[in-house]
Amino acid sequence: MNIHEYQAKEILRALGVPIPAGEVATTADEAEAIARRIGSQVVVKAQVHAGGRGKAGGVKLARTPEEAREKAAAILGMEIKGLVVQKVLVTAASDIASEAYVGIILDRATKKPVFMVSPAGGIDIEEVAATTPEKILKLPIDTRYGLQPYQAMRLGFFLYEDLTKARAAAKIMGQLYTAFMQSGCSLAEINPLIVDTAGQVVALDAKMGIDDNELDRRPAMAALRDESAEEPSEVAARNANLTFIKLDGNVGCCVNGAGLAMATMDLVKYYGGDPANFLDIGGSSNPEKVVNALRIITSDPNVKCILFNIFGGITRTDDVANGIVTATKQNPLKVPIVIRLTGTNEEIAMKILAENGFAASSDMDEAVRKAVSLATGGKAA
Amino acid sequence: MSIFIDKGTRLIVQGITGRDGSFHAKQMMEYGTQVVGGVTPGKGGQMFEGTVPIFNTVAAAVAATGANTTVIYVPPMFAADAIMEAADAGLQLIVAITEGVPVLDMTRVHPFVKERGVRLIGPNCPGLITPGASKVGIIPGRICTPGPVGVVSRSGTLTYEIVYQLTRAGIGQTTCVGIGGDPINGTNFIDCLAAFEADPATKAVCMMGEIGGTDEQEAAEFVRTRMTKPVVGFIAGQTAPPGRRMGHAGAIISGSSGTAAEKVAAFEAAGMGVAKRPIDFVDLIRARLK
Repeated sequence: MNIHEYQAKEILRALGVPIPAGEVATTADEAEAIARRIGSQVVVKAQVHAGGRGKAGGVKLARTPEEAREKAAAILGMEIKGLVVQKVLVTAASDIASEAYVGIILDRATKKPVFMVSPAGGIDIEEVAATTPEKILKLPIDTRYGLQPYQAMRLGFFLYEDLTKARAAAKIMGQLYTAFMQSGCSLAEINPLIVDTAGQVVALDAKMGIDDNELDRRPAMAALRDESAEEPSEVAARNANLTFIKLDGNVGCCVNGAGLAMATMDLVKYYGGDPANFLDIGGSSNPEKVVNALRIITSDPNVKCILFNIFGGITRTDDVANGIVTATKQNPLKVPIVIRLTGTNEEIAMKILAENGFAASSDMDEAVRKAVSLATGGKAA
Repeated sequence: MSIFIDKGTRLIVQGITGRDGSFHAKQMMEYGTQVVGGVTPGKGGQMFEGTVPIFNTVAAAVAATGANTTVIYVPPMFAADAIMEAADAGLQLIVAITEGVPVLDMTRVHPFVKERGVRLIGPNCPGLITPGASKVGIIPGRICTPGPVGVVSRSGTLTYEIVYQLTRAGIGQTTCVGIGGDPINGTNFIDCLAAFEADPATKAVCMMGEIGGTDEQEAAEFVRTRMTKPVVGFIAGQTAPPGRRMGHAGAIISGSSGTAAEKVAAFEAAGMGVAKRPIDFVDLIRARLK
């Protein structure tokens, strides 16, 4: 789960990280009032879960409160990478002398959180890594001991030669590490970390991603979820305990297990079709889950054919069959459905489907080919 | 022959009285696995299904039963503790089925088990099965059959799909291992490939990877430099959009090092067979067994 910049900044500010004054606004009026309270030039920043906000015109400098109002009015409602901006952060503008990058990511290779810092901040860190890797310091942290003072100082000195600034940066490293561990992060980033013209080290932007598996034991983090900033179908799926990602194709896929779901999408593509979504109904399915899955898939007007691919292990295929029957009785389908199921209770499932007028196959390739053919009007496969 | 488990596997089940634990304990017993004990704190002294003693702690279970392996079905917030308890009790193989374990917990667990020289498989995995001998986890027994092919995979149902297609085509397996899709897990592809290379009964290996990370590329390098046995690979997620998490915490493309195209290229560079579809494993493996 991603949280907004303003939420990440509140977490870091509470831990003592120097961050310019700022508040979040949902209307132009509020933005003007905040700018007036701050009493200096402000930056109005779109709060959306997408990178490249600046390039998309979602970050603007405002010299006066009236101008903050204008900029906020322009940014609110703007669309950035398909997401509508609902909130802006109005924050005091800083005079930047230098910019650095500071981040912590959970790294698969070292199996540890790894600090990544670079004095070449403000731009894409991926680009720095590709062109000038010597400008990045990577430091894995053993979470059993935590970030040690000497490690924090090493990171600080990699950014700044000056002792005062290195110490200030080291302190921020410690605070960022604390935020990372306390919030259950998979990513925490300050980009840029700046030195302003007064020589102060300040965090100008912040980004945090929370490991979804942490949310059950961290209700305060779960409460930061902003559903208005997400794709509505993905919100509905999550609330129904389904994993769903909307794509641009027209074959609606409903599969159990993430690996098989991806392989099914790949096979749709292999036979000349395009998947409309990734949807994993998970391990222990009940009919209700299938009803919800069908509702979500059919709410996408692009879907021309629905494809079920179920390999029953823990999942009972008769549960899935019952779910399909129930769902289609409630809401008769307007598009064709192709069902492939095999495994646990397959005979019962096939019987339920046949009694209710559905054909089903036990072969994955055959089912995918048929679905693609139906979705493309017989042109492919 | 096989890898990691065989008829000598003496298994305890952590979380044996829970919904999933009890269901799968019965399935494993029916398959023929020696389930010698179970652990549920507070239920020590009781019996499971009238035949399997339950203990309060793993240490007590090991002392009383001589178990050498454990399988874990406890809820995600308790999984890290359960793994460490098992490692401390001297068990040599720990199979963690639990899905949803916080990754930060695994940053502590991983060095803990490594320092004790214990093999951890998972978490968030279907476990493993040596057809005809022993099953530890949740892989459906009836889709497998004994034979000469080793199977290692990052996913669950996709593994079933491919094993099922092999079995239908008359190609049996030595051992099938699901290593799990989480970013930090105990056993990786290379561990399994090395074990299959050393197992005289295994003549060829099927390897199912996913987008995200670089484990498959490292495995391909291992195949190229260290293996004499043929390996056929598959990558799920060729059509997945970048930057999106596809259910498995592992299946996320980050930067340029996790794409399907890059992994397939690594397989090809290592001289491996590449299955474009799950069904392709059948012909590719058959050709390599001749």
